[in-house]
Amino acid sequence: MTNFLFGRYLPGNSWIHQMSPQSKLLLSFYFVIVIFFANNLVSYGVLALLIIVVILLSGVSITFFLKGIRPLIWLIIFTVGLQILFSSGGTILWQWGPFSITNLSLINGGFIFIRFLLIIMISTVLTLTTTPLAIADGVQTILKPLKRVHFPVDTLALMLSIALRFVPTLMDEMETILNAQRSRGVDFGSGSLTHRVKAAVPLLVPLFTGAINHAENLSTAMEARGFTDSEHRSKYRIYRWQLKDTLSWIVFLVAGGLVLYLRK
Amino acid sequence: MRDPTMKDIIQVKNISFNYSGQPLLFDGLSLDVHEGEWLALIGQNGSGKSTLARLIDGLNVLKKGQIFVDGLLVSDQNVFDIRNKIGMVFQNPEDQFVGATVEDDVAFGLENRQIDREKMHQLVKTSLENVNMWEFRDRIPANLSGGQKQRVAIAGIVALSPKIIILDEATSMLDPQGRQDILDLVRQLKEKNHLTVISITHDIDEAASADRVIVINKGQKIDEDIPGKIFSNTEQLARIGLDAPYTAQLIAALKRRHFDLDKEYLDREGLIAWIKQLVSTK
Repeated sequence: MTNFLFGRYLPGNSWIHQMSPQSKLLLSFYFVIVIFFANNLVSYGVLALLIIVVILLSGVSITFFLKGIRPLIWLIIFTVGLQILFSSGGTILWQWGPFSITNLSLINGGFIFIRFLLIIMISTVLTLTTTPLAIADGVQTILKPLKRVHFPVDTLALMLSIALRFVPTLMDEMETILNAQRSRGVDFGSGSLTHRVKAAVPLLVPLFTGAINHAENLSTAMEARGFTDSEHRSKYRIYRWQLKDTLSWIVFLVAGGLVLYLRK
Repeated sequence: MRDPTMKDIIQVKNISFNYSGQPLLFDGLSLDVHEGEWLALIGQNGSGKSTLARLIDGLNVLKKGQIFVDGLLVSDQNVFDIRNKIGMVFQNPEDQFVGATVEDDVAFGLENRQIDREKMHQLVKTSLENVNMWEFRDRIPANLSGGQKQRVAIAGIVALSPKIIILDEATSMLDPQGRQDILDLVRQLKEKNHLTVISITHDIDEAASADRVIVINKGQKIDEDIPGKIFSNTEQLARIGLDAPYTAQLIAALKRRHFDLDKEYLDREGLIAWIKQLVSTK
């Protein structure tokens, strides 16, 4: 699992690292939508070329990157396999009971494989080059228009960043509770399903009460440091839209146009 | 010992308070904190020390009586001005770390006060340098020790340049080295910025280095004096369940072995000097 890259952040200072999180997030959404428009080999080729350039620009070596997403290949192969075996239409090449392989299902399966791969690649590049904090900030910037309809964007962003900050803390605590309960004879992870569910109670209850204590102390500490509400605050970090973002968007828009032009 | 020109920066006047559904914790408590002093508040668990700190900062609301902080009455209208004057460091280093990284945590208080970004970056840098944590600025709290987190908490307070720092058992979850480091750090900051420090503690040795000690028991102030006087009264300390400081214990042990010492309490240097003198006269 040590090489597993999905959802991890790798510090760096590449072109992609320096882009603003809001444009990276939006570009990833945009790219995923474009992927679903591609429907022949040439258009997929364009997208594959684009993603390779993106990975190169992120400063992660391609072999390291491919190794990092390899554990997910099994999931993709499983899905693609189901797709191939159960879809119908076209000339039948092989049939056995409800299972059949046709030339169309093979082509479809291949496309789904490429789609999956491209989506995983772009989202991995996003998380590899963006800190969780920056992603939270990016979400805040993107959702800003929702303020007009009185959606509490700033509060949501604050909650998101506190949640992200407490993930490792609560993981540590879970480990401690797990070991403490084990030392008192609780057996986690063996026995029947009902037994396992019952064994989770002495883990979950202290974890929840601990989280409530954290919340209470944290809110007191926040208040003592002058927190009134999440709207009337200045921001220490700012992620401005830069030239790099504009250039990247131009490249992505051109690629998107090309895909639309090349699709059948 | 008290400079008459010093004013009382905090005045607690005849306060009463109880948590809902519980008996009165304070009933007519009064005390003063002098400007520029290091005051230690000692007492058993449940004696009301931490509650008093929360009342001073306006985190809990008084039932009766008044508290003045630097001339301002603690009330709903003044509470934010008062929190600008007071920086609090709490017991659990994990629970007061709001930011995702060291830098963001120090900036949190500044963001709340809507400080301009350029000034904020500069303040964060100088305060982190003050506590020797600048090279840790990108770290997340999970990768810091307890002592380092408390340093960050102090930096977050120093950035706001308060007049008063309240340490609410801020060192109780640290090892002896971390505790000493934090106390030395606060002492330096106090001298440099002319702060008033209120240290709430169980640690008698920590209290022994204060300018003045107030002993609280069951919501009552039962004594206030310089540490030397307070710790001479070992019977009173024992009665309210507090330990005597190390030197006082050593003096008591020497007395049991029939060494003649007329004092109950001496600080470290005083005790060393006395033992040296004792050895040389023999």
